Amino acid sequence: MQQHLEQQEHKTSAAEPYQHGAYPDARGRFGPYGGRFVPESLMPLLSELEAAYREARHDPAFEEELQELLRSFVGRPTPLYYVPRFSQLVAPGVRVYLKREDLAHTGAHKINNALGQGLLAKRMGKRRIIAETGAGQHGVATATVCAMLGLDCIIYMGAEDIERQSLNVFRMRLLGAEVRSVESGSRTLKDAINEAIRDWVTNVETTFYVIGSVVGPHPYPLMVRDFQSIIGREAREQILQLEGRLPDLIVACVGGGSNAMGIFYPFADAPEVRLLGVEAGGQGLATGQHAATLVAGRPGVLHGAFSYLLQNEDGQVLGTHSISAGLDYPGVGPEHSYMKDTERASYVAADDALALRGLQALSQSEGIIPALEPAHALGHLLEMGAQGELAPGSLVIVNLSGRGDKDMATVARELAVKIS
Amino acid sequence: MQQSQQSETSERHKGEALPAQRIGQAFARASREGRCVLIPYLMCGFPSVEQSLEAILAAIEGGADLIELGLPFSDPLADGATIQHASHQALEQGINMAACLSIARQVAARSSVPLILMGYYNPLLAYGVQRFCREAAGAGACGLIIPDLPPEEAGPLLKAAHEEGLALIFLVPPTTPDERIATIVRIAAQEPRGFIYCVSLSGVTGARASLPPHLQSFIARVRRQSAPYGLPLAVGFGVSRPEHVAEIAGYADGAVVGSALVNLLERHAADRAAQRTAVRDYIRSLRERTARLP
Repeated sequence: MQQHLEQQEHKTSAAEPYQHGAYPDARGRFGPYGGRFVPESLMPLLSELEAAYREARHDPAFEEELQELLRSFVGRPTPLYYVPRFSQLVAPGVRVYLKREDLAHTGAHKINNALGQGLLAKRMGKRRIIAETGAGQHGVATATVCAMLGLDCIIYMGAEDIERQSLNVFRMRLLGAEVRSVESGSRTLKDAINEAIRDWVTNVETTFYVIGSVVGPHPYPLMVRDFQSIIGREAREQILQLEGRLPDLIVACVGGGSNAMGIFYPFADAPEVRLLGVEAGGQGLATGQHAATLVAGRPGVLHGAFSYLLQNEDGQVLGTHSISAGLDYPGVGPEHSYMKDTERASYVAADDALALRGLQALSQSEGIIPALEPAHALGHLLEMGAQGELAPGSLVIVNLSGRGDKDMATVARELAVKIS
Repeated sequence: MQQSQQSETSERHKGEALPAQRIGQAFARASREGRCVLIPYLMCGFPSVEQSLEAILAAIEGGADLIELGLPFSDPLADGATIQHASHQALEQGINMAACLSIARQVAARSSVPLILMGYYNPLLAYGVQRFCREAAGAGACGLIIPDLPPEEAGPLLKAAHEEGLALIFLVPPTTPDERIATIVRIAAQEPRGFIYCVSLSGVTGARASLPPHLQSFIARVRRQSAPYGLPLAVGFGVSRPEHVAEIAGYADGAVVGSALVNLLERHAADRAAQRTAVRDYIRSLRERTARLP
């Protein structure tokens, strides 16, 4: 500990390039980002969790059970699917593939991580599971895994998100989870995480906190990246089989950043593959009503990690806005912050209107209704095509992180407003 | 590291007492008087800037030995509903770091009771940790408590605080293993130093009806590590009643009272005179029970 005290500095300018496989370091840092900024109560637990996680990953029995359930329960591998008519809409000669995480059990990529952490909780003998959720996808995935493994499940969800995602709230309750409404702060994902951390601090010895994104204190950004990297590992194998080469561009939406990290990470060692994260531009960056953390924020500490953050000049965390509850978060995973600084990945924002356009375009051209979250990535890709940013022959993968059923009420409301 | 810090500190404060020394003096004075210290917590800007200043002065009048001054944050994840609400309301009224430091300065101008600032890390980072420590010391603060900054992450702030002669006070909850307590105590014992903040229970801040059953044995566990350094132990979280203070006085060196006081301010928010009297009388009722009975 004493030695750590001498080493650390909050550097925010990256001197070195991103080195694949080198992060996080022993202190849970991705360059300057990450770490463990949590109440002291959680520190012994995080060390215990890190040790248990490393041990589990080296245990063939754990790996075998995880792989088998990913196959038979989750339905992996998910297809890498060529979308010719959508490709036409993007630009002539561009080939777009979708990584179909919408076809995973429960309808989104969140199950990959919830399953991994659920198995780890069971292995550690923790039978009380808590989780936060924004859009409800991580909550549904966690409730599903808890039902399957016979674990108690409590989901914290912002009161505003409960209103706009009532279908997922019902799904969680049907799966036997208790959904607790969070009325504090902005009543969205950020506040649900605060409340989950308070529960965790209080029940530290019995409870396992299944964090849903590549955020939080070390080792969560590492664990969630590992569990979600199945997306990119499959996609890499599939694209080589289908096209005989790596893609030129991978596009994924970024809220906390778990689906993006899941597909980026296994390609991060290939410099010819451009990695592009699309954040929620909300009503436009100029309005301040958005959730574009990497595009418009600056580094700070929230929820246990040092990372980019939407904050005012006084260091108070800002409220966010996005049409999609899953991206409505003022923080982002620390590894994304480091990928941004080292320019290994780049990040842009797509506003609500562009996301709606992406959602409609994919639905009508390909018969696939995406969730509003990946619709941001689709919308931005359409925009890139329109701006002539994609050369003919470009090979693109979009991570279709979830299906759109949960968003139908929101989309209907938004489109009706536009018509009238 | 310890050596270089001490030389930096002594360079800056040549010939004058370090701010943190006033913390130790407050504990020593109480000890000579056969009692524990009483540390009321008040949130800057709650219910308003003026009322928080009045409440602090009333608490001092009631017999506070030190004052813990809360700096509001949008996401206070170590706090229960009471202090969350106070924090939220203070921010709603537009309070910022400069205004918080100004409250500290006004208290320090009227009283010699040591001030300890308690806040979350991000507002300090945004302000700049060196600038914050310099201005906090200038405003009369003696120490800092940052609940989301464990020792592993505290390096930059510890350095900046020590350069200004401020103590960085760490929290120790009952779930902490002995080896870790030993490490924390070792870091906390470096000059300039304050005390160990023993968290009575695993959980968030908030008034509770009774103290947890194993508090005394937990304090004894921390004491075994802290005794060689002569570092005082204060107990906080859940402390609200005179009998709690009386119990704590039996085995610890200080009691921190926070949420109960914030609730009291809330109840009397409409009548400022009544608010001052209520705070003073409440603190006095606690102070009367600080005696270390044989």
